[in-house]
Amino acid sequence: MTAAPEATPPAPPTPPATAPTVTTKASRRRGPARQALVLLVPGLLALLLTYALPLVWVVRMSLNESGEGGLIHQTVSLATFGEVLGSSHYWNVLRQTVELGVLVTFFTLVVSYPVALFLARTTSRWRSLLMALAIAPLLISSVARTFGWMAILGRQGVINKTLDALGLIDSPLQLANNLTGVVIASTEIYMPFAILAMISGFGRLDPALEQAAASLGAPRRTVLRRIVLPLTLPGVLTAGLLVFVLSLSGYVTPRLIGGGRVFVLATEIYDEAITSLDWPVAAVLSMLLLAVFGVVIAVYLWAQRALEARFTGGREARS
Amino acid sequence: MITRRLTRAVWALVLTVLYLFLLAPILIVLVESFDTSTYLRFPPEGFSLDAYRQVFANDAFREGFKVSGITAAVTALLAMVTGVPAALALSRLRFRGRSAIEAVFLSPLLVPHIVLGLALLLIMAPIPLTDTYWGLILAHLGVTVPYVVRTVSAALVSADPRAEEAARTLGANGLRTFWRITLPTIRPGLLSGGVIAFLLSFDETVISLFVSGQHTVPLPVAVLQYVEYRSDPSVASLSVLLVLLSVVVVVLVERGLGLRRTLRS
Repeated sequence: MTAAPEATPPAPPTPPATAPTVTTKASRRRGPARQALVLLVPGLLALLLTYALPLVWVVRMSLNESGEGGLIHQTVSLATFGEVLGSSHYWNVLRQTVELGVLVTFFTLVVSYPVALFLARTTSRWRSLLMALAIAPLLISSVARTFGWMAILGRQGVINKTLDALGLIDSPLQLANNLTGVVIASTEIYMPFAILAMISGFGRLDPALEQAAASLGAPRRTVLRRIVLPLTLPGVLTAGLLVFVLSLSGYVTPRLIGGGRVFVLATEIYDEAITSLDWPVAAVLSMLLLAVFGVVIAVYLWAQRALEARFTGGREARS
Repeated sequence: MITRRLTRAVWALVLTVLYLFLLAPILIVLVESFDTSTYLRFPPEGFSLDAYRQVFANDAFREGFKVSGITAAVTALLAMVTGVPAALALSRLRFRGRSAIEAVFLSPLLVPHIVLGLALLLIMAPIPLTDTYWGLILAHLGVTVPYVVRTVSAALVSADPRAEEAARTLGANGLRTFWRITLPTIRPGLLSGGVIAFLLSFDETVISLFVSGQHTVPLPVAVLQYVEYRSDPSVASLSVLLVLLSVVVVVLVERGLGLRRTLRS
């Protein structure tokens, strides 16, 4: 079935454009490569300027040192890495970033799974409407949705006002300006992504299998546990990776709902770069974020392979 | 039978609650946008359209709308101009390193925007390209090109290359074949790629935060800065207007340009 994406080998350089341009037989045979080069140049140039080169710049910057008042010492050293990794503040930031990622991923998967499962299996005539409703939030700016959550979670927000009116609480619950609020809002914000990823990963879910199991006398719970859950796990895994990666780099929600009290790598990178003007430290923090990304993707690939092995386990590996 | 009905009822309840959770912030924004109160509170005090009037009276929002609109339009255009040839090469030609280059074209999707934003700030600040239209456009280009490449490639894969071959056999040159045969076939894919690029650029917040400054402030950044210090319903009204706008764009594209019809045929 779906194999783990192959690691792409380092890009072999495209044939240089030094070949003679006269239409000899040799160059006509090279036609596709030359044509491809001409067609690829604008796009590759755009990516080089707007993405590859800037990223190289960050790596370079992380090897510089920052001096007094935003001055940057051009050098090649690991001193800034040492400074960041030696500070307990940044370790806390890293811990909170990962903690937030784990919590948000867990809750997002839990709340998205039933919706995705329902949308993948239902034959209701409301299906396309319900599908549209599940995806619609993607069209709405995350700033606007975060604003909505501020209105729900704040001290004067919907939840506190309602609980107060019902006489259930004496003082407002602290739901915003802390990690709890960020987790709640982020969970909702990443839910449409998770639902989409799950549904497209549920391809193996075949109603015939469930009917077969049921007609052979398996109770519903067994069908869910033995048929539906294993078949949907790859989709859940992909959704998990997506949400984790998105929440690791999420900035808007931690900043607005966190109210300056939730420190994650993303908010810290912004503050160092814009407020403190300490570009080397911001660059080192970016490297840390990319390192966490790398670890997460490695874990994902490992889990995916383990799942595949379990699925095909016991059977002869057919070519 | 009874347990079965009970399971169904519980299942329906769970789904309703989950949908409510998913749509809660949007519903609240909608309700708040008509509130009379000058700060965010619940329940709303009364019905008014004042907040909507405030949106149009707000200079930062008006200016932001203009900046985002121009940026998104130029970005989408550039993404199409650079993305279509790349998609053509990747899906119509066989050459060495094709899959590696394909991976390169999709790789910007994997880079966190917070890192890319910083990267663009570092490289643009000395030039100085920050706080300019071109800075914003270039910053958005890298993350929108992959979408155009992807949608156009998908359209090309499902199109029949024999029509192009026939045109070539009948003597049309490459450009003419592209213009008369390929372009009309991939139009739906190209359009949806362009619309996605436009909406992504219009909505881009984190990258823009790094490369915008005092003069060229796109709408999401203006809203973010506003929300941080004030919480009145005008942001809610603005959000509602933006939702309406994106719905209108999607519907117009689908109706006016026959996106759905072409997709179905």
